[in-house]
Amino acid sequence: MSDVARTTEIAAVDSPAIVKPKARRRTARAMIDRYQWYEVAAIYLGIAVFLFFVLAPFIEGFLVSLKPLAQLFSTPYSFIPKNGSFDAYFNMWTSVPMLGMHIFNSFFISSVVTLIVVVIVVPAAYAFARFNFAGAGMLLGLFLAVNMFSGAVLLIPLFRLMRAMGLLNTYFAMIVPGAAFLIPSSIWLLRTYMLRIPRELDEAAWVDGASRLYTLRRVILPLAMPGIVVVAIMTFIGAYAQQFIFALTFNSKTEFMPLPVGLFAFFGKQEVQWNELMAASFVGILPVMIVIIFLQRYLVAGLTAGAVKQ
Amino acid sequence: MTSTRSATLFAFALLAPALIYITVIVAYPLVDTIILSFTNAALRPTYDFVGWANYQRIFTAGNFTEVIIRTLIWTFFSVSIKMIIGMFGAVLLNAAVPGQTVFRILTMPPWIVPMAIGIYMWAWMYNGQFGMISGLLQNFGLTNGPVAFLAYGNTAFWATIITDVWIGVPMVTIYFLASMQSIPKDLHEAAWTDGAGRFYRWRRITLPLMLPAIITMSLLSLIATFNSFDIIYILTNGGPSGQTTTMIIDTYKTAMGSRKYGEGAARAVVICIFVSIFCLVYFRAVRKLSQGEAK
Repeated sequence: MSDVARTTEIAAVDSPAIVKPKARRRTARAMIDRYQWYEVAAIYLGIAVFLFFVLAPFIEGFLVSLKPLAQLFSTPYSFIPKNGSFDAYFNMWTSVPMLGMHIFNSFFISSVVTLIVVVIVVPAAYAFARFNFAGAGMLLGLFLAVNMFSGAVLLIPLFRLMRAMGLLNTYFAMIVPGAAFLIPSSIWLLRTYMLRIPRELDEAAWVDGASRLYTLRRVILPLAMPGIVVVAIMTFIGAYAQQFIFALTFNSKTEFMPLPVGLFAFFGKQEVQWNELMAASFVGILPVMIVIIFLQRYLVAGLTAGAVKQ
Repeated sequence: MTSTRSATLFAFALLAPALIYITVIVAYPLVDTIILSFTNAALRPTYDFVGWANYQRIFTAGNFTEVIIRTLIWTFFSVSIKMIIGMFGAVLLNAAVPGQTVFRILTMPPWIVPMAIGIYMWAWMYNGQFGMISGLLQNFGLTNGPVAFLAYGNTAFWATIITDVWIGVPMVTIYFLASMQSIPKDLHEAAWTDGAGRFYRWRRITLPLMLPAIITMSLLSLIATFNSFDIIYILTNGGPSGQTTTMIIDTYKTAMGSRKYGEGAARAVVICIFVSIFCLVYFRAVRKLSQGEAK
């Protein structure tokens, strides 16, 4: 008697109507996820509290950008702006004359960093994924260790290095060190992805007489494309979110400053024009935020694989 | 075996750009830091070797040990709170309620926005006279007068921790969520059939199976938090009277503020020693965990 028959027999004894195993599992899944009304309420309440913590600075920041300075610097505090206006969004362009340039610089620096990282990481990840050369494991570990040191620790020699290379006060002073600290994690991420591409494909190409470089270009590269996209997005975000310390220390020219450092000048002033600072921040980050919403699936993939498991 | 030799050569050719880049931009500066830490390098172009003088000075004069202890406490609280809130968030986002995807997207902004810009927003929220937190506390009658969070050592310490938590939480949450979803559903179903409640299932199934993820994330987060610079630099610049000065801020001020490169390098070397220890713990943990998985 086959297993299937026995299962059906038991099912028949168990329940009055014969339910196929798969269907039964589906009902179980639906029922396990069924909540009482108070449970649903508690979940939504919890999510509301959690998201309030995450989003409060943005909400407050946006409301501040609508408040006139006179209302900002008045007590008692009111959360909702009275006679709010979008004035700050127009005035900020004169307060920060190079705002447009700063927004562009942020984007430009991150894009070049991403390009450099992808070009360097694709061959390196392939080498780690396919060739068991001596010292591969150790090298991989060393790359990972690089990840653990922040640029802030190495600031002194990096400063001297940038000076010696004549890169101080150029875009490259921010691009070159920025890319270095993003390479290791990208290698790990892409290697993990490439390990999942079946080796048989390489071997088949090899048997057909393809050279190693040809195999990489024509077989591996197209298959690894989704992984490369994830790496590129993660790198871009890393470069975009963390541009501060190198830009602060290695560049003093206003026209090269990325958005965070360009706005940092606001803080030096006696009376910070908070409404314009917030307005400028929002306009500056808006383009990237919109793009990210569409790419969130890749972000989750990158983040999950990024925290190294093997 | 010419084929393996050519394979190795090919592999190293592929690796060369990455190796050269990392050697020049990370490895060389690391070595340079160690060398500089034994010199009296400053703004002037030449410098002399001074032996262990820098190390002697930082450990005898001043409050370096105090800074180390403060950094460890700061890091400990920040990482622990991140893990707790991250777990809380992951459990909630894992609940099968309508709106899941939207909530998940809404979790990400602090991680994606340039860190410095998120910190500017917090700087305003912490403002004592007109900021949101102090304002709301007063409106609800929880405090008598304005609280200038960044003006007092104690509150500034916690304010910087909370901002650091805020930046770290999205990553921890999404990572925990992914790990939670990779747990086979059958386990929960079996326990559910046996009448196990939600909390019991979380404690007995979810938590133990997520342990590797929790350990991995804690250690990664520990290293990142230990190296955290932007938050304290922008919010308090290490003040008031040095009460939020962590090792990174301390090193930055010595090197970039007072231009004492030699002494700054010595402080940086101490940071590197700590990071290396964390690194070793992380590597061992990851190896142990992956062995456990294989069994």
